[in-house]
Amino acid sequence: MSSNPNTGTPLVELKDISIAFGGVKAVDHVSIDLYPGEVVGLLGHNGAGKSTLIKCLSGAYQKDAGEIVINGEHAEIRNTRDARRYNVETIYQTLALADNLDAASNLFLGRELVTPLGFVDEPAMEAETRKIMGRLNPNFQKFKVPVSALSGGQRQSVAIARAVYFNAKILIMDEPTAALGPHETQMVAELIEELKAQGLGIFLIEHDIHNVMRLCDRAMVMKNGQKVGTVNVNEVTDEDILGMIIMGKKPPQAY
Amino acid sequence: MSDQADNTHLETGQSGKSLFAQLELDMRLMGMVGAFIAIALAFNFFTDGRFITPRNTFNLTVQTVSVAIMATGMVFVIVTRHIDLSVGAVLAIASAMGAMMQARWLPQAIGLEYGNPMIAPLAIVTCLAVGTAIGAFNGWLIGYQGIPAFIVTLGGLLIWRYVGWYVTDGQTIAPLDSKFLVLGGAEGTLGVGLSWAVGALAAAGAIYALYVARKAKKNHGFPTKPLWAEFAVGGTIVAVILGYVATLNAYDIPRGKLRRLFEARGEVLPDGYTEAYGLPISVIVLIVVAIAMTMVAKKTRLGKYIFATGGNPDAAELSGINTKLLTVKIFALMGFLCGLSAVIASARLASHANDIGTLDELRVIAAAVIGGTALSGGIGTIHGAILGALIMQSLQSGMAMVGVDAPLQNIVVGSVLVFAVWIDIQYRKKLGIKV
Repeated sequence: MSSNPNTGTPLVELKDISIAFGGVKAVDHVSIDLYPGEVVGLLGHNGAGKSTLIKCLSGAYQKDAGEIVINGEHAEIRNTRDARRYNVETIYQTLALADNLDAASNLFLGRELVTPLGFVDEPAMEAETRKIMGRLNPNFQKFKVPVSALSGGQRQSVAIARAVYFNAKILIMDEPTAALGPHETQMVAELIEELKAQGLGIFLIEHDIHNVMRLCDRAMVMKNGQKVGTVNVNEVTDEDILGMIIMGKKPPQAY
Repeated sequence: MSDQADNTHLETGQSGKSLFAQLELDMRLMGMVGAFIAIALAFNFFTDGRFITPRNTFNLTVQTVSVAIMATGMVFVIVTRHIDLSVGAVLAIASAMGAMMQARWLPQAIGLEYGNPMIAPLAIVTCLAVGTAIGAFNGWLIGYQGIPAFIVTLGGLLIWRYVGWYVTDGQTIAPLDSKFLVLGGAEGTLGVGLSWAVGALAAAGAIYALYVARKAKKNHGFPTKPLWAEFAVGGTIVAVILGYVATLNAYDIPRGKLRRLFEARGEVLPDGYTEAYGLPISVIVLIVVAIAMTMVAKKTRLGKYIFATGGNPDAAELSGINTKLLTVKIFALMGFLCGLSAVIASARLASHANDIGTLDELRVIAAAVIGGTALSGGIGTIHGAILGALIMQSLQSGMAMVGVDAPLQNIVVGSVLVFAVWIDIQYRKKLGIKV
């Protein structure tokens, strides 16, 4: 039996979270924590409840029971605005971009920069967007066109920029590489390493077991809304993790 | 990677552009302007030069105002993937309440004498308040109760006109207050001098706006278009504004009407005296609405949220935008504009009749759609909708002047609507624009 290698105050603790839709218990008394500078993978079949669990943290869903603790203090997250106040940023699987708007408008959506007169300051927003994109994806040049005209990787970098720009402390990434080619996947992997080094905590929902082994420090596996177990990724093999996902079999190293 | 290719493409962009491309014009808008000019020239030919005259220009714009004002609001409604079928009916109830206020309630119940200076403002506020309240109520039903906009406003189409019928007992309400009539068009114009002043102010404003936009781009080191292109665009805008003012200043008030005006003042009309109409106040109201709505669309958070919600409602919601409240705001704004149109339409007709604004919902939707508003949401412009309204009204008045049968007029207008949207779809396909 192994245990959580981290010490100190966790960035986030999700304690005993439950949420049901109609009669279906989508998440059933699940707990997980996240420390600064670590990547925790959330694994499981489609419908296992990992996206639902994480949406309680991002404010898209309301938990029925349980508690969210951020930096050791009780946190009330009723909507996405609340989550953002706690520096929780989410990169959704669908990216949640407004396709008809340009990169800057998407990056600042809901948090526009305004001039002293209260009007949206487009030039300032574009300048800031150019700055952050220069850091994340220096090849990115399409600032004037709607994001519908961008490639998958470019759209992904807009979505990532949106999360990173606003000083996220807790980052939720829902299958960030699902729609990407190998080169772009590599780009996202490097970015995750960089953000980790900056002390962010990252929840990573991921299906690709190789990405899990490569990117995650710990992994929590869910099945049918319940937690199978948590493992330290360096103590287990990918076979062990697959066994947890498919059979719900808890290896001895799990806790 | 694909990024690389885009880079080189962008860098060669500036110098390799054709002269026309350097103007950075909205091609879609240019197409509509072209269509409008073609329509005007064609009707001018078939009416032996009666279409493009000061008199018809005056009438055409005055007739367009009410639909155009509502069309600007309809842009926001359609951009957020809703529809409002009740605008004609809301106009009718707002007009009914405003007319009852000035012709019945204020004089008879409150005891304000006819001609009291408070009557017109109170009537206007009544129209605006009624429109806004109904619009907000529609928005609440749609946003918070989840009833589709189509159903809510289809119900409203049947409800509000007939609520107005009960308010007025089905009677035509007249006479309306003389100050109120000033907003209708021919009864309220600026005259030559003031019209030139307003025209000059508008031209200066347009130039200033271009200058500020260019300066903002320069400050952030963004590419700007060449100076000659700025001058070409600015010059065209100024020419159109001043040309329009000059045209209306060339439309003389008929002698009979002048004589009555003089008699009302207790004077006699001197021989050979002429006076021109100039800009109608209702057109100035439309221009103010157009500028305000364009500012809302482009420069405010509200506008950003409207377009974001239209492009991807889920993304807007996840970005922390309160899309329910946004729906209420959009429909309240639509209702406010219906109230404003009610003032102008009833003032133009100098009375309220129960059939005021009948079929306006279809004209307004058609104007917005011809103007490039996509029913799939997320795309639309205010100036496009106004131009769309102008094209619709030109077709209708032009055909009436040529003597086309009323049934055929409807067939043509309907066909133009479908054809315009088809052209739009082809255009977007060609440019590879999704949506």
